[in-house]
Amino acid sequence: MMSTIKSAGKFSLFLLTLIVAAMLLAGCGEEKKEEKAAAPEAPAKVTLKLAMDADPVSLDPHVQLSGGMLQYSHMVFDSLVRYDKDMNFQPRLAEKWERIDDLTMRFHLRKGVKFHSGNPFTAADVVFTIDRLKKSDDYKGLFEPFVGAKAIDDYTVDLITKSPYGLVLNMATYVFPMDKAFYSGTDDKGKAKDLIIKTDYSFANENESGTGPFMVTAREQGVKTVFTRFADYWEKTGNIEEIVLSPIKNDATRVAALLSGDVDFIMPVPPQDLDRIKTTEGLQLVTMSGSRIITFQLNQKSNPALADPKVRLAMAYAYDNNGVVEKIMKGFATAAGQMSPKGYVGYSEKLAPRYDVEKAKALMAESGFPNGFEATMIAPNNRYVNDEKISEAFVSMMSKIGIKISLKTMPKAQYWDEFDAQVADIQMIGWHSDTEDSGNFYEFLSMCRNAETGYGQYNSGNYCNAKVDELTLAAQVETDPAKRAAQCQEVETIQYDEAGFIPLHWQNLSWASKTGMNTEDIVNVMNFPYFGDLVIK
Amino acid sequence: MFAFSVKRILQAVIVMLIISFIGFAIKHNFGDPVRDLVGQRVTPTERAEIREKLGLNDPFMVQYVRFLGNAVHGNLGQSYFFKKPATEVIIKKAPATLELVFCSALIIILLSVPCGIYSAIKPKSWFSKFIMGSSIVGVSMPVFLTAILLIYIFSVELHWLPSYGRGETVRLFGWWDSGLLTLDGLKHLIMPSIALSSIMLPLFIRLIRSEMMEVLETEYVKYAWAKGIQPRRVWLVHAFKNTLLPVITVGGVQLGIMVAFTILTETVFQWQGMGSMFIESVERSDTSLMVAYLVFVGIVFVLVNTFVDIIYGLVNPTVRVAGRQ
Repeated sequence: MMSTIKSAGKFSLFLLTLIVAAMLLAGCGEEKKEEKAAAPEAPAKVTLKLAMDADPVSLDPHVQLSGGMLQYSHMVFDSLVRYDKDMNFQPRLAEKWERIDDLTMRFHLRKGVKFHSGNPFTAADVVFTIDRLKKSDDYKGLFEPFVGAKAIDDYTVDLITKSPYGLVLNMATYVFPMDKAFYSGTDDKGKAKDLIIKTDYSFANENESGTGPFMVTAREQGVKTVFTRFADYWEKTGNIEEIVLSPIKNDATRVAALLSGDVDFIMPVPPQDLDRIKTTEGLQLVTMSGSRIITFQLNQKSNPALADPKVRLAMAYAYDNNGVVEKIMKGFATAAGQMSPKGYVGYSEKLAPRYDVEKAKALMAESGFPNGFEATMIAPNNRYVNDEKISEAFVSMMSKIGIKISLKTMPKAQYWDEFDAQVADIQMIGWHSDTEDSGNFYEFLSMCRNAETGYGQYNSGNYCNAKVDELTLAAQVETDPAKRAAQCQEVETIQYDEAGFIPLHWQNLSWASKTGMNTEDIVNVMNFPYFGDLVIK
Repeated sequence: MFAFSVKRILQAVIVMLIISFIGFAIKHNFGDPVRDLVGQRVTPTERAEIREKLGLNDPFMVQYVRFLGNAVHGNLGQSYFFKKPATEVIIKKAPATLELVFCSALIIILLSVPCGIYSAIKPKSWFSKFIMGSSIVGVSMPVFLTAILLIYIFSVELHWLPSYGRGETVRLFGWWDSGLLTLDGLKHLIMPSIALSSIMLPLFIRLIRSEMMEVLETEYVKYAWAKGIQPRRVWLVHAFKNTLLPVITVGGVQLGIMVAFTILTETVFQWQGMGSMFIESVERSDTSLMVAYLVFVGIVFVLVNTFVDIIYGLVNPTVRVAGRQ
């Protein structure tokens, strides 16, 4: 035994020497590399090696409404309009637009745009795309307010809504025109080419023809996708000729791939490696406050204590948003007092996070539960950043005001069924507004639950306030931006005063790349990097 | 012999039924695959419709019998994520895993045999002590830590080896994507193979060493020494040959553990084989691919074991006699 310990000691010494030697060698290696880089070489094809945590699930942009698919759509298709960095609408395939009447918005389309198939882009393609969106399981909800699109001439198209609707432009960011001629007819298996199929072969799942800056030229799902610059693209901003996208799921491996120079651009950056990338020469890190709100919902039906507004307020006062952001999220989140992030119409500066344990204790004493109470709680453990740790912190903070919570965490595969069944009194949910508008938060998370209309579908707290419902519905048909903003801000204020739920924080976004790229200019708060505009010097 | 074979095959079928039943029971209680297929806006009613279309609302036994019926025809179901038959996905991913396992097996054999023999013959030399000491470290270090350490030393610091993926592959026989035939592919293989072999290698060195030491103490080896036979011949022919038998038996059993470690290794190196495919199917709740993989691995094991048993029966009739009792 002794001899083994001794030899183990000797061995660790050996290992240490090995590592030191390796480090020294590493220095030499890097120098060599730089020399190589300095030697003038004929400029090869400008290729971006990109690593993300996942790759697009399909080539059909309408098969799923998810961040990954929208990132893909912005590369291969191009939208009628898109958001710029400050969330203003930027003309793309629609050069300009005007409101004709309460129900109609007219879009004037860019001329001379071509699809990857070579077909010219016209208003008929927009009509085809809107029709298809209305058939897609994932998008038909978003396009429910629309009657449809009507082509006026080849380069003019009207989007017509059923009633006045304030978010027509927001929805136009989701219209990525598809090539009508390319997706019409039947494929060699005898199936219609425009079918939207989630779990089986379809023509659109494996073939694309968009108007976007890149074409998919090779794809092995889950391994590698190659995007090649579309020569006839109408805009000449970026200089990337080819993108090789590799999904790298493991956080440490993704970062190592960037550090070792195997890839040029990664997203997202795991919080624990932010400093390392920031301090590494030759790399740049871009971060931004995101728009996904993380909240705890307090079920007023299952637990009588949570129906007491004073108790809920006490809980809001007992939760230390800034402390959690600093200690658990390592500063990589923005503490929240409301649902709407800054930049959304409903955001109100006044609704800051509140943290005051004394006040919380006083509120508990005043409430109907001066001696505290018991509650159950569930949270996922692999869905949001640090979801489990945050939940544990919440439990310990609530114990200080006499609330004893039994917490159960589980993987997301099991979580959502439990969430829907409302098995616990306190449940965690994160939400990103797919309309990039405050109203979406209220429709899904705040309105009274109504199985028929679908409002309040994810409101597992059973929060219900007639005024909130009224204002949210009014905002849906309000086309005056100032009035809408006032309505949305009022909703936020009501929820804040009643502590309808506990807001935690908005998760931050992050991208890292080699220097010499205009990374900062192409990323945005929606996390749709516009790779068409990327320039490598 | 015929009766023995029939009996073994029958046993194999029963084992497969049990494996598929357990796999299917896991699938049934695992969670809702539809959640991963749709966006947040899709309503519960629409989700229920999709589940209905996929046949996920049927009672457990109905689904299981349907699965068995399809399985008999070689159809293990449809991968929701890959939008392809699960068997096709698995077969596409198999070469990556098999090449990785092959390379690390090669490392294990090439290193464990000489190291094991040497440390048995010269147990007191400093090199033997070094081997034994490092094997402790090897056994106690988790595979993913070894893998990450390798990546940090050889990719991030030294820039010698690529950090992820399989690199350039060559297509053989129309479907087998091989990384063994290109320089880039071989470079990509080095670190994953080392990481994967890191657990097994020390185990085999220790096994060969202790078996060998035992054999060296036996009478016939002493007799061989007494006869004045060359040391090299005594060690390799008389002693080592007889240590091989238990080593091979243990090696067979370890094959299963190897599969588990491929999952870890493949995840860290983003190695696109069956292991990372399985882990990702669990994360995505791609339950039908998950079950297909479990059944597939089950089939491979059962086939190999049945085959080995029958061969054993042919070679050594006492096995058959023992089986009859």
